[in-house]
Amino acid sequence: MTSRPASGAAGLRPDALRQSYIYAALILVAAIVIIPLAMTALGGFKTLGELRTNAFGLPRNWQWSNYGDILLSERYWLQMRNSLVIALLTVGLTLATGSMAAFVFAHVAFFGSRYLLNYFLLGLMFPAATAILPLFIRIRDLGLIDTYWAVVLPQVAFGLGLSILLMRNYFRSMPKELFDAAFVDGCGYIRFFWRMTLPLSRPILATVGIISFVSSWNSYILPLILLNSEEMYPWPLGMMVYRGEFATDWQLVLAFITLTILPTVIAFFAAQRHIIAGLTAGAVKS
Amino acid sequence: MTTGTTAGPVVRLEGRLWGLTRRQRTTLRTTLPVVVLFLPPALLLFTLFVVLPMGEAAWYSFYNWNGYGEPEQWVGLRNYEFVLGHKVFLTALQNNGLIILVSLLVQIPLALWLANLLAHRIRGALMFRLIFFLPYVLADVAAGLIWRFVYDGDFGIVSGALQVVGSEPVFLLAERETAIWAVLAVIVWKYFGFHMMLFIAGLQAIDKEVMEAAEVDGATGWQKFFRITLPLLASTVRLSVFFSIVGSLQLFDLIMPLTGGAPGNSTHTMVSYLYQFGVVRLQIGFGSAVGVVLFVISVTLAFTYRRIFMHHD
Repeated sequence: MTSRPASGAAGLRPDALRQSYIYAALILVAAIVIIPLAMTALGGFKTLGELRTNAFGLPRNWQWSNYGDILLSERYWLQMRNSLVIALLTVGLTLATGSMAAFVFAHVAFFGSRYLLNYFLLGLMFPAATAILPLFIRIRDLGLIDTYWAVVLPQVAFGLGLSILLMRNYFRSMPKELFDAAFVDGCGYIRFFWRMTLPLSRPILATVGIISFVSSWNSYILPLILLNSEEMYPWPLGMMVYRGEFATDWQLVLAFITLTILPTVIAFFAAQRHIIAGLTAGAVKS
Repeated sequence: MTTGTTAGPVVRLEGRLWGLTRRQRTTLRTTLPVVVLFLPPALLLFTLFVVLPMGEAAWYSFYNWNGYGEPEQWVGLRNYEFVLGHKVFLTALQNNGLIILVSLLVQIPLALWLANLLAHRIRGALMFRLIFFLPYVLADVAAGLIWRFVYDGDFGIVSGALQVVGSEPVFLLAERETAIWAVLAVIVWKYFGFHMMLFIAGLQAIDKEVMEAAEVDGATGWQKFFRITLPLLASTVRLSVFFSIVGSLQLFDLIMPLTGGAPGNSTHTMVSYLYQFGVVRLQIGFGSAVGVVLFVISVTLAFTYRRIFMHHD
């Protein structure tokens, strides 16, 4: 993604008739996107009976307690904390191990480097779920079941292929003169990595960080299989448990959904440019 | 650690040592530490948690095993025979195909159309982009639960809307005929914004002058789209299709909160099938066989697609 002015690079200003067609189409699609979300948030303020009879209107009596009770409950904050800890550990470990490996692939010519890189890229070819059962056995035998690491380590491992690819391409695009000059001045690879590569690579580190944070924050299947106790659950799992417990109380489930996705929505609108660029650039450049 | 290339007594020795030239030794001395220090963490993680489990899946798939002790009960190809003959698996496979098809026929055209509309210089274009991208950022589980509510016959908004016009409530997710289509609609809702963003990025790369020249020559909107935009976006379209295929093969998180594979196991994908019949029942051998089948299908599709359609992108 380039950071050109947002308002259409290629287009001219359309005439009035065409403009109204464009707006009608855009508003229609936007409504389809927003109405389910808005009704979820509003539904959390209704009573169950009102959900049935008053699907679209504002609540007649705003049930603030639906939201209040969840916000005062321990489970909500615990889940958010679990998700945050897992995501931060995943990002940290991905950036550390991925950038080091990418640096070697970008700058050091050694026997077999090409094969090794392709070895990592294998991970891009198949879904993580294919080996989920042996992974479960392995994590269990390592005694890690029900710890944060049970989720973090496989997440990092599965993210490495894309992370290394993105970072290697970025590192390689740095001017070669920079490296030669540093080398002549007696700067070794490792010092060069710390002093030059990392500080100069903030954009790609941010991209990789965003990709791995978002995918960890939203991930479901790995925690589902590798965590047992509810105190360890990240929010997507906690949300499913909550839904299971309050299956007949949609108003509570809706309030719970709204509160758990709220941080994502806020973060998205606050950092939209970085998030969109990160998530799409990651896709395009791979 | 590797501060100098000229200093040090070892390097100053002339001639060969251990069969290496001086130059080779110097290279080795400076590159060895970085390779030995920097590569192993990633290599270890990747091997331990991605490659070995995949190999083990192939091994376990020949056993009947519940995960305790060692796998001992060899069953040969029986697990594979069962998977490939299981009606539910074939339905799941078909659903995965259907997801790819809908993505090709509905999602990508929709994304292209919207990207094109948003390329005009209009007020609020940025806001619309953000709104369209929002579902992609939400977790699949959250989106799935939201739509489970939307489709709910008693409390949901689809039935609520039907009530307004005076018809009976519908239970879209409970009927075999409608459930999979309802799921497909959610998939389009969730992912069209991502594809649209790819196309917007692609459109920005198109030279404005080409478009202006076409306008001067009197090209109509359709002509411009089919003769200029689409050909120039071809590589983006191919990429977009690739992501649809990969995404379809991974789809799981959205299925669980929406239907969990119900009604009558009609809405499984291959991964949710693996979960339902391998993980839940702790059939490690059988689940691994499903994993291997999924692996073979994914790798074959990905390689073939890349080879045929993306070899010069």
